[in-house]
Amino acid sequence: MTILVAAVAAVLFACGTWLLMQRRLSRIIIGIGLLGHGANLLLVTSGGSGGRPPIIDGSPLGDYADPLPQALALTAIVITFGVTAFLLALGYRSWQLTGDDQVEDDVEDRMVQRREADHAESEHPDVDPDNDLGSDLEPAPVEQA
Amino acid sequence: MSTLVPLPMAIPLVACALSIVVGRWRSVQRLISVTALTAVLGVSVALLVRADDDGFIVHRSGGWSAPLGITLVVDRLAGLMLVVSALVLLAVMIYAIGQAGQERQRVAFHPVYLVLATGVSASFLTADLFNLFVAFEMMLAASYVLITIGGRPDQVRSGMSYVVISLVASTLFITVLALMYASTGTVNMADLSLRLAELDGGVRAALALALLVVFGIKAGLFPLFFWLPDSYPTAPGPVTAIFAGLLTKVGVYAIIRTQTLLFDAPDWMGTVLIVVAVLTMTVGVLGAIAQDDMKRILAFHIISQIGYMIFGLGLFTVAGLAGAVFYIVHHIIVKTALFLVAGLVDRRAGSSRLSEIGGLVRTAPMLALLFAVPALSLAGIPPFSGFLAKFALVDAGLASSSWWAVGSSLAVGLLTLFSMTKIWTGVFWGEADEQPRREPRGDGRLGGPIGMVGATAALGLASIAVSIFAGSIYGIAERAGHDLLAPERYVTAVLEANE
Repeated sequence: MTILVAAVAAVLFACGTWLLMQRRLSRIIIGIGLLGHGANLLLVTSGGSGGRPPIIDGSPLGDYADPLPQALALTAIVITFGVTAFLLALGYRSWQLTGDDQVEDDVEDRMVQRREADHAESEHPDVDPDNDLGSDLEPAPVEQA
Repeated sequence: MSTLVPLPMAIPLVACALSIVVGRWRSVQRLISVTALTAVLGVSVALLVRADDDGFIVHRSGGWSAPLGITLVVDRLAGLMLVVSALVLLAVMIYAIGQAGQERQRVAFHPVYLVLATGVSASFLTADLFNLFVAFEMMLAASYVLITIGGRPDQVRSGMSYVVISLVASTLFITVLALMYASTGTVNMADLSLRLAELDGGVRAALALALLVVFGIKAGLFPLFFWLPDSYPTAPGPVTAIFAGLLTKVGVYAIIRTQTLLFDAPDWMGTVLIVVAVLTMTVGVLGAIAQDDMKRILAFHIISQIGYMIFGLGLFTVAGLAGAVFYIVHHIIVKTALFLVAGLVDRRAGSSRLSEIGGLVRTAPMLALLFAVPALSLAGIPPFSGFLAKFALVDAGLASSSWWAVGSSLAVGLLTLFSMTKIWTGVFWGEADEQPRREPRGDGRLGGPIGMVGATAALGLASIAVSIFAGSIYGIAERAGHDLLAPERYVTAVLEANE
């Protein structure tokens, strides 16, 4: 049983990691959900093999399941649930604003990159400015003020 | 005395509930927030004074004894962190009230900010690894809301990567917790400290490194820092300031706490930490030099400065840890002050982009002064607190003869000064090259509303106070270093003082 649960956790982790690598936020959210489930399963398994419900009724102590990891997993599930709801709201807001849920690149990073490209051009005046050497770095023609 | 221990968590949480109830009346909300944060500051100072006398103040919730019940502990490190964070939280709250932008429009600002305060205090107080996870989640959930509070497209974009990366870190944290519980059967840190020592060296090393990764993401260590400069600058001014000042340092605190208390600091761990630290400071400062936006330059500097703290930890000597603790105290205050100035500049000039602003030293000399003090301190110019903090670390590094790490930390200090000069010439001297995107708002001689300028000035003065009272603060930091290197004291205080 423990091996089965561990294997399920492994599959959940693998799928979650793969989905996390995607560009679409909806897939990332599902990926995070799967990762969270994997982690919670692992937490439940960490208490060892199952047993009787941990309500003291006179049975020998070894028969009971360890209640602590279950309590921890419950807390973790609630937290994951809340944060996933927030992430969904964020994804919806992004869809409202852009009509898409693609995760975009950092704008400033692209600007630094573009400045570097401009800089490289001005340092080599022998390069024809109309030459489209750096054109793949410039997403749109930018007028220099 | 131990009844005071839960108050830094309880006060903001109760205030948060009250603040939601009176959501319609903004002035009542303000009164509640300021009162609560002032009370937290007072309680924290009392706790620090007592912790410095006694070593440890242990609180057992509901009277349950240590490995089973929930334990809260204030030692010198936690006490110092509580005081500094309470001070910064209060100053930023006053700044936000003075700014009256997001704070006035959004009902949620005050309650969420108080939850953030609760999470930060809880992270410092807890003596239980799982409660540390819960405290982190509390703090992060509040930070998700604060970072996207305007709902603007750029905030949503950067908020997404921030939330996703934090969630991945949290999932990793649960995974490590599960592995630790499976191998030791406990999550109480004092108990873990004893049980982990019985484990096989390889398992222990794996757990130590996994925890370093988890907290490294939150602290912004190389190579896990990339989310930080992207997400922080888009939030509203006061929110950025509190994130920059506090959140990453909570991660650093967790690294220091776990690596010293839970694991026995093997030699290779020191080497790993020092290598990571040097890479973090170098990459951070080089990243800062490439930027054109004041807030982004400062955000890259957070990363660079985290390197110094981890360097102090990596030495695993009393002087190194004392230097790291002193550095954290100095850094939280100075960094928050710098981001508050950046918010003022943004408001005054209509942009925080160096190419779009200039000449502020003539139009708003007060802002120039407010920037100069923390900036010189950050760069490590005597007699400011940054110089003393760096001096303590360099001295500790030389004592452990880690020459190359000390050399690179000095070089990074020089580059820090360079990029502070870059901000100075770009923002305060010269002329703007381009038109700012928004209308500048002129506000008399002060350069901004009295609340904003006052709060910023208070933090500037606090950073000067750190260098004036450096002797006693370093004294506490040194005693904290002694405690950290002798984890058995912590373990005894938590486990054996059971009545």
